[in-house]
Amino acid sequence: MSGIKRISRREFLDQTGRAGGGLVLALTLTACGRSGQDTPPAADGPPASAGRNVMPNVYVNIRDDGIVEIHCHRSEMGQGIRTCMPQVVADEMEADWDRIEVVQAPGDEKYGDQNTDGSTSIRRHFDLLRTAGASAREMLVTAAAASWGVPTTELVAREHAVHHEASGRSADFGELVAASDGIEVPESVDFKSAADYRYIGKPLDLLDNFVMSTGEAVYGIDVAIPEMLHASIERPPVLGGRVLTFDDQAALAVAGVRQVVRMPDFEAPPLYKPVGGVAVLADDSWSALRGREALSIEWDHGDNAIYDSEVYRRQLTETANRDGKVALQRGDVDAALADAERVVEADYYAPHLAHASMEPPAATARMTEDGGCEIWACTQDPQSVQQTVGALLGIDKQQVTVHVTLLGGGFGRKSKADFSAEAAFLARETGRPVKVTWTREDDIRNGYLHTVSAQHLKAGIDAQGNTTAWLHRSVFPSIGSTFSTEATGPGAGELGLGVTDNPFAIPNMRLESGDAEAHLRIGWLRSVSNIYHAFAVCGFADELAHAAGADPRDYLLQLAGPARTIDPNEDGAEYSNYGQSLETHPIDTARYAAVVNKVSEMAGWGRNLPEGRGLGIAVHRSFLSTVGTVAEVSVERGRLVVHELWFAIDAGLVVNPDRVAAQMEGAGIFGMSLALHGELTAKEGRVVEGNFDTYPVLRINEAPKAIHVHIMEVDAPPGGVGEPGVPPVAPAIVNAYFAATGNRVRELPLRNAGLA
Amino acid sequence: MAVELTINGKAHTLDVDSAMPLLWAIRDIVGLTGTKYGCGKALCGTCVVHLDGQPVRSCNFPISAAAGRTITTIEGLSEDGNHPVQRAWREFNVPQCGYCQSGQIMSAAALLERNPKPSDADIDTAMSGNICRCGTYTRIRQAIHKAAEELA
Repeated sequence: MSGIKRISRREFLDQTGRAGGGLVLALTLTACGRSGQDTPPAADGPPASAGRNVMPNVYVNIRDDGIVEIHCHRSEMGQGIRTCMPQVVADEMEADWDRIEVVQAPGDEKYGDQNTDGSTSIRRHFDLLRTAGASAREMLVTAAAASWGVPTTELVAREHAVHHEASGRSADFGELVAASDGIEVPESVDFKSAADYRYIGKPLDLLDNFVMSTGEAVYGIDVAIPEMLHASIERPPVLGGRVLTFDDQAALAVAGVRQVVRMPDFEAPPLYKPVGGVAVLADDSWSALRGREALSIEWDHGDNAIYDSEVYRRQLTETANRDGKVALQRGDVDAALADAERVVEADYYAPHLAHASMEPPAATARMTEDGGCEIWACTQDPQSVQQTVGALLGIDKQQVTVHVTLLGGGFGRKSKADFSAEAAFLARETGRPVKVTWTREDDIRNGYLHTVSAQHLKAGIDAQGNTTAWLHRSVFPSIGSTFSTEATGPGAGELGLGVTDNPFAIPNMRLESGDAEAHLRIGWLRSVSNIYHAFAVCGFADELAHAAGADPRDYLLQLAGPARTIDPNEDGAEYSNYGQSLETHPIDTARYAAVVNKVSEMAGWGRNLPEGRGLGIAVHRSFLSTVGTVAEVSVERGRLVVHELWFAIDAGLVVNPDRVAAQMEGAGIFGMSLALHGELTAKEGRVVEGNFDTYPVLRINEAPKAIHVHIMEVDAPPGGVGEPGVPPVAPAIVNAYFAATGNRVRELPLRNAGLA
Repeated sequence: MAVELTINGKAHTLDVDSAMPLLWAIRDIVGLTGTKYGCGKALCGTCVVHLDGQPVRSCNFPISAAAGRTITTIEGLSEDGNHPVQRAWREFNVPQCGYCQSGQIMSAAALLERNPKPSDADIDTAMSGNICRCGTYTRIRQAIHKAAEELA
């Protein structure tokens, strides 16, 4: 670990009323000569404070006490972005790590995209953040040059000061705030060379470490403001259900209960709107919960009451075994299958999952005197909170102030603004500030769930053991169903998460999808469709290896084929590469092969194992990074034990290797949870499971004795880190289970095979 | 009913429903929010506090049963945040989102009170009631071993 320590403790709730006054600097960066660089927006004005300050752009505020505030516009949910984002800015700026303070930015479109999902914080913002730091540095250099009457070329910024070597003069950043008055922020900036990085690439300690170890850290559920009521909401047990009648007498009789409010009815599509139900508001959480239990509600359950996940599974599997819509085609799969020496066919299935972040959704809202609304929430996407709450209350989104707290886990659930919208609605209805806290059961039953999926795969192998044909058909209800009643099945974006980005050098390939109707709110969960697609593709690749009589690791290299880059669009796919260019972030089989080789070497692939133990490998590219996982497993007293996990990740340039390692370790556990335990089922439209007894997640006694991580050294722009570790875990485990026992598993979770 | 109890060395008289779980009394009435809600059914351990030195799940522990007793929450584990377990947590950069870590640290501190040199198996047994959804388990084991060394 580095010896660098945090100095800042952030209080999240003190950020109101800090606009206007002070020195305004325009930022007029152009893209000239800096291809691909984003431009950090100019600040409206620096926040008011006792001293002077200067804000060269919305991310950096230099105070005359020498502290550099870095305004983090991304949400912290465990990925470490409140440390990593400042690492980039401070490095380019030459700011001292001990003299920065991280300020959590509120929701505001001036920051650009704030939706903290898709593993985008570094991969999409790296150059923007460097520019923000470098332009601040250049502005200070220019200010020093002007006040000393020397050319900027004679000055260097280093260690929080600007130095003039010839005269021996130097000025601390804070001392240059006054001189920066009227100084234009430079139009173009030079980045430091990688060799000069002080923080980028270093395993700096978490800035929030201290408050997270003392209970001082403030999450959405911890917000308390004067006069606040605590709300608990009984939501329709079936999506689309409505309250017919309700009796609140018993609820109102519970001590501490102040009010009962009927929520607005559900209207399709779900979007981020509240789903309806009845809210109980009380002086404290416990009274609200007791009042809620005392409610008597008669429901119209609506059309989704027919939903039964067992029946649905059979329907999906049947669809997966019929011709589908072609998403990508090359060669002639049918002819190649007819000519094949051997045909291998398999059906894969994976169930619904809930995010189950340890902090359930929670938001606090109050109406302001000027008709606006102020929200405190553990949100991944404060701008969508502004939009959703604005639309619900009929006010402009600019009148919705959103304070972002720490998130006690997110995993995609907290990108959705529905819980903030519930709080805002209740604040308006009651005229009091309101905190809405979801119970664990609410979270598991009424969330935006990861979808169930069925996949059919079929491949032909020739006499030499080469796979000559590959058919992959994926069937699941789309996330699009949350946003449109027109969405009938997988979208191109979802198929680009593990189907159409197939890297295998197979001459005949046809990739298809099949339609499926949604009966629950479908959302995205850490790595999204890559979970079930990697499970099927990596599991089936292992099946092909065994069918061909080959070693699974060697066969992955054979499938990857010669070193090349792949553009799925050339074979007819509508492939968006996670919103970034295939030139900067290619599907590169050489990098894939390097990961296969590295992770298998780490695990001692091919070594002698005790009877009953097996190694399994899976490699998958997602969010522009490639991750390989090897699992070592055995079955002990009927239970599958994962002894060790090895990860190799190619994420291009890495900002904080310790956080990357932590994300792989966490992905290993998250992936084991879904591989071993994770399943939600539905009967009569209702999610059956409700808490950690019926929806178990991995515990420490099931965790591997070690999780080893290697970060590939690759000269390439950053890829994602938060999500790509998850997809290869489940297939590595089922492949290892096959190696250990000869039993093939094609459905999750393994609990259903009696193994957990 | 009025319940008298001591929280982090300070005497409190709380006039609340006798069935109110200690968790909600600590969070909503006393205003100490380091102790977290995670499940409400003693399944996840985010709410662990010490009751007369023993770890309990405050989410389903009625306040009436805490009458006259001494509670320690994460805020009271040490004066300055430097209990050996807290220090070890920082040394290994254990937290990710951090939400469950109050409960993890309180469970770990209680474990070391009764078993100053726990094995991995001892740690797994003592800590299996505490869920971390971010998956920090391997670092938790390392940090507990380190804290044990510090305390030895």
